[in-house]
Amino acid sequence: MTIAIRSVEKQFGRYPALNKVDLEIADGELLALLGPSGSGKTTLLRTIAGLEFPDAGQVLFDGQDVTYASAAARRVGFVFQQYALFKHMTVAKNIAFGLDVRKGKDKPSKAEIARRVEELLKLVELEGLGGRYPSQLSGGQRQRVALSRALAVQPSVLLLDEPFGALDATVRKSLRRELRRVHDATGVTTIFVTHDQEEALELADRVAILNNGRIEQIGTPDQVHDAPETAFVCGFVGEANRFDGQVSGGRFNAGALTVPASALKDGAATAYVRPHDFALDEAGFEVLIERAQVQGALTAVTALTSDGRRLEISASRADADRFTGAVKIVARKAHVYAA
Amino acid sequence: MGAASSKARGATDDPAWAKILLIGAVFVFLALVLILPLVAVFAEALRKGLDAAILAARQPDALAAVKLTLLTAAIAVPFNAVFGLCAAWAIAKHDFRGKALLITLIDLPFSVSPVVAGLIYVLIFGLQGWFGEWLLDNDIRIIFAVPGIVLATVFVTFPFVARELIPLMQEQGTSEEEAAISMGASGLYTFWRVTAPNVRWGLLYGVLLCNARAMGEFGAVSVVSGHIRGLTNTMPLHVEILYNEYDFVGAFAVAALLCLLAVVTLVLKTALEIAQPDVRGRRGH
Repeated sequence: MTIAIRSVEKQFGRYPALNKVDLEIADGELLALLGPSGSGKTTLLRTIAGLEFPDAGQVLFDGQDVTYASAAARRVGFVFQQYALFKHMTVAKNIAFGLDVRKGKDKPSKAEIARRVEELLKLVELEGLGGRYPSQLSGGQRQRVALSRALAVQPSVLLLDEPFGALDATVRKSLRRELRRVHDATGVTTIFVTHDQEEALELADRVAILNNGRIEQIGTPDQVHDAPETAFVCGFVGEANRFDGQVSGGRFNAGALTVPASALKDGAATAYVRPHDFALDEAGFEVLIERAQVQGALTAVTALTSDGRRLEISASRADADRFTGAVKIVARKAHVYAA
Repeated sequence: MGAASSKARGATDDPAWAKILLIGAVFVFLALVLILPLVAVFAEALRKGLDAAILAARQPDALAAVKLTLLTAAIAVPFNAVFGLCAAWAIAKHDFRGKALLITLIDLPFSVSPVVAGLIYVLIFGLQGWFGEWLLDNDIRIIFAVPGIVLATVFVTFPFVARELIPLMQEQGTSEEEAAISMGASGLYTFWRVTAPNVRWGLLYGVLLCNARAMGEFGAVSVVSGHIRGLTNTMPLHVEILYNEYDFVGAFAVAALLCLLAVVTLVLKTALEIAQPDVRGRRGH
């Protein structure tokens, strides 16, 4: 199922939640909608689901206009943030719900529904738990039930709203892989919302970054991380040291830092340098090392420039000893944006 | 207080003497204002023996009052259960203009004196009221008749179910309903299979409170009833009449009966709380 969003707008009161959003999602793709809270990412997901109708614009499923079609008519599978499992139904009943509500000849036989439930429980590795109630499950297990309930109707598209938000760090990691595995096994077009960039970059084929109801950039995890198109993306995805300064004659200057910025006109600008893009170099500027701490394979360094800026530097573990006292560094790469 | 006993209690517990004092004070207070009057009611009713009390309670007028009270509750409670459920559903699950006004209106019966509530109906349906002449011409009796009593009781007890369900439904949010609808369930199916099961205990609790008040309502009913013995007297009104006629055994016998109905309601409520711990602590009125 390919999905196309055409200049979709949505307003809540006076506050625009979506501002002329365009987005194309390929068949079988796993896409992340990434952004801070209030960026419109959940509204966009709910608009795709049919839980929210846009004020203007179009939503197309396989070229068909479904802008004002109900969620059920679109056959979406939706996983809610807090899972929204039916508390008074068993796990099996929860998963079967979408099949049980069908009428007439569309409704599968009881045996068929039971077989489908078993199949889904197996897919999410919850065999034997069909008779339990949601309150008897752990957070991670509930999430899996919600996922299989959404998949039970064989949805054209699977939509997940902050699917791992309510879980602790270890469970999050394993469920991320789980979702990837389920996606690869079913091949269903999948869109999930997250505010966690690590989650988006690790899991998704492509990431759409939203800010203030607009899409700032769409690209593969590598593209948005290594070639951020806007200052917002650069600051939001991955870690970065921010420098406010001036461009003059094709170079950006902020205190001791000077990097090329040939594409920009003279004037105020902001540069972002990733912690791992700093390197020791005698030709560079001098910084005072405050602290160098080994973290696994890397060394996390905090340094102070002569004009009082604090920098985060990431170096290999082998170089830990070289970051002491006053050292000279250069920025091998910087992203510069006009202010 | 010795060091040993300080150690024995938890770090954030109050000292034992404070606990005993506070709990003791509560019990003394409860005994004075709740238990003593209850005991007095039964003691007065039984002063001339059980037989006299039973005889008094079996007077035709007393039996008529019991019947009328049960009939009123039997109409008012289901009515308010249905409309309370509708109102709570509309308020908790939907956004619309005038929602704040609706919430205020639901609370109105709590803030208005019951006597005023009764007077409103007299003003509307009474002989000198807006529809008085038309009702007289068509031989429809509302004031000083059973319909007026039911109306007044419905008015006074309207908020109980709605007030019980609104916070519960708001807390539950709408995502379960959204999930059901996104999977193809109809609105009605969603209501019966998802919304209703989630609020059933809260609904039952609200119905019990509503019922207790419906049976005990005095002020509003007193204004619209007309106090016609055997016809428009509910139990609380009948108690007052008997008492004013110095028939103490009769008055207290009917009062004891009313208390028994209240106790049955309370026992049901407590049983419900024990069976369903999550409904406990919900505020009632």
